Amino acid sequence: MVNFAQGDLMMLGAFMAVTLIGDFGLPWALGLLLSVLALAVFGYLLDAFVLRRVLGEPQFAIVMLTIGLGFIFRAVAGLVWGYDPQSFPTPYTGKSLRVGEIVVSYENLAILLGTLVLCLVLFLFFRRTRLGIGMQATSQNQLAAYYVGIPVKRVFSLVWAISAGVAAVAGILLAPVSLVQPGMGFIGIKAFAAAVIGGFGSIPGALLGGWIIGVAEQVAGVYLPAGFQEMSAYGILILALILRPQGLFAQIQRKKV
Amino acid sequence: MRFLFKTHYNQDIDHLKHGGDRFWYGLLLVLVAAAPAALGTFYLGELNLVMIYAIAGVGLMLLVGYTGQVSLGHAAFLAIGAYTHSLLLGAGLPFLLSIVAAVLVSALVGAGVGWIALRMTGIYLAIATLAFAMLTEQTISRAEWLTGGFRGLAVPQASLFGMPLTQGWQHYYVTLTLLVVTLLAALNILRSSTGRAMVAIRDSEISAESVGINLAVYKTLAFALSAGITGLAGALFAHRLGYLSPDAFTFLISLQLLLMVVVGGVGSMRGVIYGALFIGFLPQLLAIARDTLPPQIAQAPGLEPGIFGLILVLVILFEPQGIFGRWLKIKSYFQLFPLYRRATHRRQKTYLRTERLR
Repeated sequence: MVNFAQGDLMMLGAFMAVTLIGDFGLPWALGLLLSVLALAVFGYLLDAFVLRRVLGEPQFAIVMLTIGLGFIFRAVAGLVWGYDPQSFPTPYTGKSLRVGEIVVSYENLAILLGTLVLCLVLFLFFRRTRLGIGMQATSQNQLAAYYVGIPVKRVFSLVWAISAGVAAVAGILLAPVSLVQPGMGFIGIKAFAAAVIGGFGSIPGALLGGWIIGVAEQVAGVYLPAGFQEMSAYGILILALILRPQGLFAQIQRKKV
Repeated sequence: MRFLFKTHYNQDIDHLKHGGDRFWYGLLLVLVAAAPAALGTFYLGELNLVMIYAIAGVGLMLLVGYTGQVSLGHAAFLAIGAYTHSLLLGAGLPFLLSIVAAVLVSALVGAGVGWIALRMTGIYLAIATLAFAMLTEQTISRAEWLTGGFRGLAVPQASLFGMPLTQGWQHYYVTLTLLVVTLLAALNILRSSTGRAMVAIRDSEISAESVGINLAVYKTLAFALSAGITGLAGALFAHRLGYLSPDAFTFLISLQLLLMVVVGGVGSMRGVIYGALFIGFLPQLLAIARDTLPPQIAQAPGLEPGIFGLILVLVILFEPQGIFGRWLKIKSYFQLFPLYRRATHRRQKTYLRTERLR
C-alpha cells in the first residue's frame, strides 16, 4: 500500500493539536496524545470504509485514490480551519539549549528526539511483536498471510491507524517550526523522496534518505545559486532512482520465472 | 444482438466494425465540423479547449491505459511543448514546422524520462515522474533568459498558409484536424505490433518479456509517443493561453489529465473523449453549483481541487472503468435484455501482487 495522502494526514494531525491545545485549552501532553489517538482512529476508519474496497485492485487505483483523498482533506481543512497560517505554541517555544559554542533550540531538539524515539519504537514493533511481523507478512503476500491465519483486513486497518498516528506525531513536531496551514502537507512529497532513496519498507533507510535530502538542501542553499535549493530534493531523487532504483536498503527482489 | 459475418481477416482489425459504427461516427464528424456555424464564441472556445485536453488525454492514455505506466508529471510535457512552440514561433519558424518541432522536442525529453523510468514500476515511476515535473517547473521559472520566468512569455500570433490565425473558428478547425489525426494515429499504433506489445507489457511484464518483447525499447517508445502527443496538445494550449508562465503547468494540471483518463475509462480511446468533455465542462458545472450552495462553502478558495479529489475517489470506488465502462454495461444490459448479469463485468482481484517481489 502506498499513501499519497500522508502529508495531508500530517496536516490534519497538526490542526487537531492546534484546536485541542490552542482553542480548547487542554494541557499540552494530553492534547498531543488525544490528537494522535484521534488521527489513529481516523486512519482505521478510513481503511475500514474507503480503502478496503480497492484491496486487490491494481496499484494505480490505490495511488489515484490516495491522491484524491489528499485533495479532499486539504479542502476540508481549508473549510474548517481557514487558509491563514496558524502558529502552534508549545511549552518549549523560544527556549534553546546551549552546549559550549553550539546553540540548539528546543523545537529542533524535540524534532530530533521525537524522530529517534519514534523510529526505535517502530523498528522494535516491526521486528519483535507478533502484530508487527504479521504486518510485514501481509505486505509481502496478502494471500499467503491470510492462509497462515493473519486477519489481513484488520491488519490493514491497523497499519493505516499506525501510519495516521505517526503522521500526526510528525505534524505536531513540525508545527512549531513551520506554521500550520492546509498546504503544509506538500512536504509529504519530500518525505516520499526520502523513503524512495532509502528503499521502501526500510525504516533506517527512510531515516538516512531524509538526512541526505535535508543536508543536500542546506548545502545547495548556501553554495549554489538561488533556485537550486528547491530543486535539490527532486534532483537527488531522480539521481537515486537512476543509480539505485531499489533504494539504499533494498527490500525488493526480482521475481524469477 | 448484432452478428457480424466476416469474410476477410482485416475485418478483425477494422476501426469501424459495421454500418452502424460508420453512420454514427460520420454523423459525429459532420456535427463537429458544423459546430462553429451553430455555437457562439464562448462555447466554441470551450469546445476547442476540450479537444486540446482530448489530444493530451490520448497521449496519457497510450501510457497509462495501454502500457500501464502511471505518470504524475504530464504537465511537464505540456509545458515543454508549449514553450518550445512559442519560442520557435517567436524565432520566425512557420506554424506547422514549429508544431512538429515541439512534438519532437517533447518526444525526445519523454524518451529520456522513459529511459530513466525503465527500472521503475508502479509507485516509484509515479514519484519519479512527479519529481521530473517539479524539476521542469522550477527550471522554467528559473531560466529567465529563455522563458521569461514568472514574468511570462507572450505567445506570438500564428499564421497558417499565409492566413493569420486570429478567429476562434480557425483555431477550432486546426485543433479538430490535429485531434482527428492524433486519434487515428493512436488507434493505428494500437492495432499494430507496437500497440500489441504495449498492451502485453501492461498486462504482465514477465509474460511480455517471455514472448520476446523488448521491455526497454517498448517502454521508452511508449513514453516518447505519449510525451510527443502531449507536447502537441501543449503547443495548441499555448495559443489558448496566449501568455505562458510556469504556474500554468502545475501538479494540478497533471492531476487533471490523470483524472480525465480515469473518469473517462482507463484503456479506451473513447474514454479519453468522455473524460475531456467532463474535465472541460466541470468548471461550468461548478460555477452553476456555486449559486445553489450556501455562500460559506461556495466561496471557499480550495473548493475546486477538493471536488476534483472527491470525484476521483468516487469514480475509483464505484466505477473503476469510468464513463466508458458504465456505457458498456448499459449497452450490454439492453443487448442481452432479460439475461444481463452483474457478474459479467466483475473484475478479478489479485491479492498476490506486492511491491517487494517484482
